Amino acid sequence: MTRFARVEGHRRSVGRDPRGGVQRRRERPAGPTRSPACGGDHGPRPGGAGGRRRRHGGEAPGRAPQAWAELSWRQADMRAGSSQLPQAERQQPGFWTFEYYQSFFDVDTSQVLDRIKGSLLPRPGHSFLRHCLRHRPDLYGPFWICASLTFALAISGNLSLLLAQRRDPSLHYTPQFHKVTAAGITVYCYVSLVPLALWGFLRWHGGARGRPRRPLGFLETVCLYGYSLSPFVPAAVLWFVPVAWLHWLLGGLALGLSAAGLVMALWPLLRGDPRVMVAALLSTVLLLHSLLALGCELYFFQPLPPVPPAPLTTALPPGSQLPAGTPRTTGT
Amino acid sequence: MAETVDVPGDSGTGSPRPLFAGLSDISISQDIPVEGEITIPMRSQIREFDSSTLNESVQNTIVRDLKAVGKKFMHVLYPRKSNTLLRDWDLWGPLILCVTLALMLQRGSVDSEKDGGPQFAEVFVIVWFGAITITLNSKLLGGNISFFQSLCVLGYCILPLTVAMLVCRLVLFAEPGPINFTVRLFVVIIMFVWSIVASTAFLADSQPPNRKALAVYPVFLFYFVISWMILTFTPQTQG
Repeated sequence: MTRFARVEGHRRSVGRDPRGGVQRRRERPAGPTRSPACGGDHGPRPGGAGGRRRRHGGEAPGRAPQAWAELSWRQADMRAGSSQLPQAERQQPGFWTFEYYQSFFDVDTSQVLDRIKGSLLPRPGHSFLRHCLRHRPDLYGPFWICASLTFALAISGNLSLLLAQRRDPSLHYTPQFHKVTAAGITVYCYVSLVPLALWGFLRWHGGARGRPRRPLGFLETVCLYGYSLSPFVPAAVLWFVPVAWLHWLLGGLALGLSAAGLVMALWPLLRGDPRVMVAALLSTVLLLHSLLALGCELYFFQPLPPVPPAPLTTALPPGSQLPAGTPRTTGT
Repeated sequence: MAETVDVPGDSGTGSPRPLFAGLSDISISQDIPVEGEITIPMRSQIREFDSSTLNESVQNTIVRDLKAVGKKFMHVLYPRKSNTLLRDWDLWGPLILCVTLALMLQRGSVDSEKDGGPQFAEVFVIVWFGAITITLNSKLLGGNISFFQSLCVLGYCILPLTVAMLVCRLVLFAEPGPINFTVRLFVVIIMFVWSIVASTAFLADSQPPNRKALAVYPVFLFYFVISWMILTFTPQTQG
């Protein structure tokens, strides 16, 4: 039971998860204690002499001893061990060690769900970065949300082709497996390259202005973008229904929620900047997001009949792609 | 040899002396001949065991491995919390299943490259890289399972879906229609649920309780994608 004694010596409750894995970043300040519900309005508390604050994963206190008992010894060792290090800084493990990457996955189910909820339903005044991430980004959410979006787009698009083939028997149904690769490349490139550009721009601009503001970390930007794609997953799942107004409604809703979350997160970071620059940056972000949504809807899903479907007329908007070799019925 | 011993150095005296009486006077190498053979009764048994896996016939080896694989298949088909898959992991079963599934799912070469179902290599890559990604995910979340154990469990739990693929191929010989599709959908859904239950029974205990859902969701996604590939399979003659 020495582990429990050691943990207590650092003014943590016995059952609490010291979150040692995440505290390896040198630039991270002692953040606020996290409330269980994402969006609680806690400002950052001043870092006291104690340095490390109590962090908990949103679990109820009563579960804590059981949680400790059920942790594997290795986890407990890692966490207890890292809590013993002096409060100033912890040794950041090298990028070639497994522990370095484990620090990006140091989240619980409840935290991930809170973050998804925070990005699905953005509230004005509550920045995703401040209230949900709280300077502890993770890679689990972005990675698996992108994977879900990839497969949702491909599978739902295939379903829409199946339904279109039922309406119009001259279409040729195939599983269209290549669309999985296309969707994967698009989504993952979007979530890695656009945050890179944004982060680079903010760093350059912050450095050029000489403002001593804490810069936005790259991982936080990736996390923000990854979670902001979560409204698209249910939209992609429902887009197979071949009703035009439903497509527009779902697309608009998903894009609106996602973009609102992004804007509300980026707005506090741009305070004090010239309006032109802020407007240009935000409109670029929104434009890229809309392009993604529109591109996905047009590429993966079948063009919809503008009128109640008749068996012989199918209006094909220009630029839409159908599988090669499909006989096109020319509509009159 | 508890009686008295005639010490060779005292050749003059013929009377028996108490045991070890003059032992301090003796130097071993010169006075007591120490040689001979020591036989240990266990030795022949150990020698037999050592050579049994090296010198046995190939048929014996293959049959033994097949029996191990078959035993694990049974554990997957009747999943209950047991450690067999984890303790004696092997990757033969997953390889056999993956190759079978990929052979059945691949499209013919006559079809156009852009469309159609997955190629053999695509199915192979999806299964193995999907399993590796899920294993890495569960280890990064702090799971208590080794890399190959997790690969073994995920690979073996594809067995219900391979059975579903066989059933679907047989059903596709009948005439196409909504009943055909409904039967296939039903079979695939049942086997999908079976796979999830089987793999969760083996993998669930390796994660801390506040992260179980995070580790199980990718497994769900993995088997869902494989089920989708099975369900949308259309043989070329009907295309």
